[in-house]
Amino acid sequence: MSMITPPPDPATVEVIQEAAQVDPGTLTAVEAAELGLTPAAKPRSMLRRGWEVFAENRLALTSVVLVVLIAGFCYIGPLIYHTNQVNTNLANYLCRPSAAHPLGCNDVGYDQLGRLMVGGQTSLEVGLAAAIVAVLIGTLYGALSGFIGGSVDSFMMRVVDAGLSLPYIMVIIILSVIFHPSTITMIFIIAVFYWLGVARLVRGETLTLRTREYVQAVKVLGGNRSRAITRHIVPNAIGTIIVQATFAVADSILILSGLGFLGYGIQAPATDWGSMLSNGVTYLQSADYWWLIYPPGIAIILTCIAFNFIGDALRDAFETRLQRR
Amino acid sequence: MLLVLFLVTLFTLLLVRLLPGGPIRALVGPRATVAQIAYYNQLYGFDQPIYVQYGKWVWQLLQGNFGYSVKLNQSVVSLIANKLPKTIILVALGLMVSLILGIPLGIYQAVRRYTVGDYVLTGISFLGYATPTFFFSLLLIQWFAIDIPLFPPFAPTGDTVAQVLSQPKALVLPVTAYAFLLYALWSRFMRSSVMDNLVQDYVRTARAKGASERRVLWGHIFRNSLISIVTLLGLSLPSLVAGAVFVEVVFNYPGMGLAFVTAAGNVDYQVLLGITVVTAVATVFGNLLADVGYAVLDPRVRYS
Repeated sequence: MSMITPPPDPATVEVIQEAAQVDPGTLTAVEAAELGLTPAAKPRSMLRRGWEVFAENRLALTSVVLVVLIAGFCYIGPLIYHTNQVNTNLANYLCRPSAAHPLGCNDVGYDQLGRLMVGGQTSLEVGLAAAIVAVLIGTLYGALSGFIGGSVDSFMMRVVDAGLSLPYIMVIIILSVIFHPSTITMIFIIAVFYWLGVARLVRGETLTLRTREYVQAVKVLGGNRSRAITRHIVPNAIGTIIVQATFAVADSILILSGLGFLGYGIQAPATDWGSMLSNGVTYLQSADYWWLIYPPGIAIILTCIAFNFIGDALRDAFETRLQRR
Repeated sequence: MLLVLFLVTLFTLLLVRLLPGGPIRALVGPRATVAQIAYYNQLYGFDQPIYVQYGKWVWQLLQGNFGYSVKLNQSVVSLIANKLPKTIILVALGLMVSLILGIPLGIYQAVRRYTVGDYVLTGISFLGYATPTFFFSLLLIQWFAIDIPLFPPFAPTGDTVAQVLSQPKALVLPVTAYAFLLYALWSRFMRSSVMDNLVQDYVRTARAKGASERRVLWGHIFRNSLISIVTLLGLSLPSLVAGAVFVEVVFNYPGMGLAFVTAAGNVDYQVLLGITVVTAVATVFGNLLADVGYAVLDPRVRYS
């Protein structure tokens, strides 16, 4: 990794300015170099430095490529490989993989390969959307709580404690019984519990950030609370937030698949990888219907591993103390 | 603490109260008339304001009355008393196995980081994170109960704890499935925790004073990393419950998780309420216990 150039110190800047004033235009780059004055490099931003650390991690880069490929498979795939994923066709009942159906068919005659694409769309959409909703709510709640402090913070955090003490799987099951399971309701049902953990983390981050000089300076300069939170605290906690969001995607996909197994997931004819898998595992013990089980299972595992690797690498990238300087 | 308990019970009641049609509709069925439902609502006090209901409910809880499941023709307390010990067996065994494997292997990974062994174990942990528990459980059944019939494909049968414990062979697969996810959690955490501690000043001091590597690792680093495991243990109680739910459903293990999922299918109002509130309150106390354990293990932490 290249060395990070420190920002120019004020004295150097003054010398450059003086030189420029005395004899403008004659100080060439060569002369400047002779005087020991190098043009000041623009200090690299946190995101840029983070990216450099991230890009060094080959495993993480492979994971990004993998996620892009999976997304391409799910969204571009159906444009090339047309299948009917709405009407059942019992003539194709559990047909074996063949040229017409590379991954065979399931128990109501849907083409497995096409279904893997459609199901993947749901899994990815629910995973991403639930992560975004949870992280947005959690970040704002946590930042507000940590920034206000005092008894308000204390109460807001007890609410989070209580929420985190509820057995989330039971809460999610009850919520799925209450609300008709669809893509949209699934997103909110998963986000309802996931924002709590994010709120706690961001609040911790805020507590350390709000005593920093630059946040104090906002107050002195007359900036209001929302400015301090949205312009200073959240951007500085963004590392923690993005890492959490990445893990949240993997977790949401897993929770959705678990709900599918219990029968509270996405309802047919729509599907997700988890519902496909739980549909397939009913044939696990009876015969060798591998195409019903392994494709969706491997799809879930690959996607979740990829997001976990990306999250790990992002954490390394944003943890400045781990960066070699 | 009291505030958290209050909020936990309140959230639980409000959540279960949101179930479609309310408790009476779930009980008397879809053909009941509005008048009949109103009659039973009044009889059981479901027409009263929520804070009155909350007060009465908590008062009953404190007296050990968790309600009665008409669907099971059994009081919720006796149901929980029957199922909870079995879930505790599963959770305790799974925790034990995963900690015994996860802590030493996590330390090994940190000491021998970026070697082949570390990469292989990292791969296994990530698999543990990414595999849905139900899928892994079913694969275990397929591989080790059907393809190679080593273990029975179902959990121990029987009503009492003694009967469950008398079938250790049937416990192997459920406990393995349960421990896999937890193993990933502990070993991953241990690895990063030990790596953090390896560069601390106190380790350098210990080495400078001539302590052997073995002593540095087990006397200093291990103790410090263990402290954070205790906190993590407290925080992951809800995940322990979630894992137990799926393992119990797959293996038909007669514990709380299976009882809960069955109750959710039947919309068995009192059972859902009872199991959720017991689990939630247990989690609150588990967190408290973790805090106390933290203070015991770490002399720097003192709660005033």
